[in-house]
Amino acid sequence: MLPKVLEKSKFAAFATALAGEYQVVGPQLKEQSKAGGETFVFGPVTDGAALRMDYNITLLSPKKYFLPMRETLLKYTTVGHPKAEAVMDTRQRVIVGAHPCDIYATWLLDKVFSTDHKDPNYLSRRERALIIGLDCAKPCDETSFCHDMGTNYVESGFDLMMTDIGEAYFVEIATEAGQALLAKAETREAHNEDFAKRQAFMERKQGGFHKRIPVDTKYLPEILEESYDSLVWEAIGRRCFSCGSCNLVCPTCYCFDITDKLNLDLTSGTRERTVDSCQLDNFASVAGGESFREQRSSRLRHRFFRKAKYIQEAFGRKGCVGCGRCDRNCVAKINSVETYTQIAGSR
Amino acid sequence: MTTLSESPVLQESPYVPRFGTIVESRMLTAQEKFFRIVMEDGRPLDYKPGQFVEVSIFGIGEAPISICSSPTQGGFFELTVRKAGMVTAKMHELNTGDTVGIRGPFGNGFDPAAIKGQNVLFVAGGLGLAPARGLIRWVFDRRADYKDVTLLVGARTPADLLFRDEIKEWQSRPDCQTLVTVDRADETWTGNKGVITRLFRKIKIDPANTFAVIVGPPIMFKFAVLEVLSEGVPENHVICSLERRMKCGLGKCGHCQIRNVYVCQEGPVFTYDFVKKLREGI
Repeated sequence: MLPKVLEKSKFAAFATALAGEYQVVGPQLKEQSKAGGETFVFGPVTDGAALRMDYNITLLSPKKYFLPMRETLLKYTTVGHPKAEAVMDTRQRVIVGAHPCDIYATWLLDKVFSTDHKDPNYLSRRERALIIGLDCAKPCDETSFCHDMGTNYVESGFDLMMTDIGEAYFVEIATEAGQALLAKAETREAHNEDFAKRQAFMERKQGGFHKRIPVDTKYLPEILEESYDSLVWEAIGRRCFSCGSCNLVCPTCYCFDITDKLNLDLTSGTRERTVDSCQLDNFASVAGGESFREQRSSRLRHRFFRKAKYIQEAFGRKGCVGCGRCDRNCVAKINSVETYTQIAGSR
Repeated sequence: MTTLSESPVLQESPYVPRFGTIVESRMLTAQEKFFRIVMEDGRPLDYKPGQFVEVSIFGIGEAPISICSSPTQGGFFELTVRKAGMVTAKMHELNTGDTVGIRGPFGNGFDPAAIKGQNVLFVAGGLGLAPARGLIRWVFDRRADYKDVTLLVGARTPADLLFRDEIKEWQSRPDCQTLVTVDRADETWTGNKGVITRLFRKIKIDPANTFAVIVGPPIMFKFAVLEVLSEGVPENHVICSLERRMKCGLGKCGHCQIRNVYVCQEGPVFTYDFVKKLREGI
């Protein structure tokens, strides 16, 4: 399908029009520090003017709309014979402004939750969600290492992809559903000069990203395997507080816990899924008290092995998209690029 | 099913349990309670010995429990539940006639066909006797399919010993050798004393034709595997059933992972030649 051009001045009206039919979620300002630093989050909007398409990175990725921090799996009653029924979120949603790394992460979660045992709660949300991507010309900040992970370009996983060409967005149409969405916007055909501007963007983009990990990340699975016994894990693990912040903000982490919540009537309630963290000390412990990853270093190593080895081996793509959220939010300033660099050097 | 909006239902949820009725229950020890359960919908649990179920008590939660029976015995299944957390404590309050939620069976379970025609040596420590019992009963129910059967059973104290009556029955069987030991004896105990590996001195193993099935607390595996390997049993004939924290049973939640292996999917039963490569397995 031929691309279209959407003037920036008409973007807010487009998002507002979508909000009439869908839950529209996109980047918004959460808070501003005294120094002027801005923190962005994905959140629902009814007025498209609230969207900040110039955002760099959000606190959490759009994952929260597919695998929320907390969600209800079942509701039940225990009066007489116990009864339970599944609960699904079936809202139609449009995710606006997802960056390529977050779109990559969604591809991975799709794989995880549709392979072998399908997860109806994830898929119910995902199948009803449309994604309008927003390409980026440069890394969000100095913490990002998306270029190393090969996630700053995406070929698929979105319905529309917008590129900033100055006064307007160049909009690629990837799916028919995307085309139907775009019908609600006042767009025009893309002309030669628009294609030229997009080309200029892509050239800027090519020069805008630099690799930061000294080794090619395609070797990380083998490098990690060789590093299993390295003391580097213990050295870095000593700094780790096992707080789990890295897992909480990660766009590809999908481990979870399931707990029951009883209503005040004590005869009905819900079974809830909450995101969990493999860094917490009881994550792998059993009822008898045994913990199978007792050391912080073994938990830290497990996280890195999942991100750059296990998930790659299972699904063909890395479990890390290089967004750097884990590093930005690490209380102990543990840094992925430094860790991979140190591990690669310690073989 | 309830939806948050008005759209139609997607598919059935693997998180919704079926229901089972407790048709028999009794205390085995002060800490362990035995349940026999029949599925309410008339569709028996299609399981293999060594698999596990998620037992569900609404308002409290779910707990993974090994099946301790064999499908050769009929349309029911049995669980041995140690009181260790909130769900299992609540289960101890349940009795014959009560209802529990059941998801599963999950995991690979033992493969009784793979050890057919061979000698079988069971090494079961503590609560490990529960999952092992499923295969033990299978072997006794299909006794002609197997050659020499040896059972080594260990418990911390005589009071901790599970299935005491059944063990007596096994001991009286002419077609198997059953040895029991306790780590700490009391004045009533006249049998073997010491850790389970000491029983290896009392038995003979034909290493080329023996499968060893080892189930017990984490600390026991290393020493028990060492014993059977030192007898010359090949590593791929050493079968271990590992305990991990299975939460979802669907290979997603991550709690049971040993490196890249989801124990709820590929396990809990592994041969030693596989599990040793995991490094974090035993």
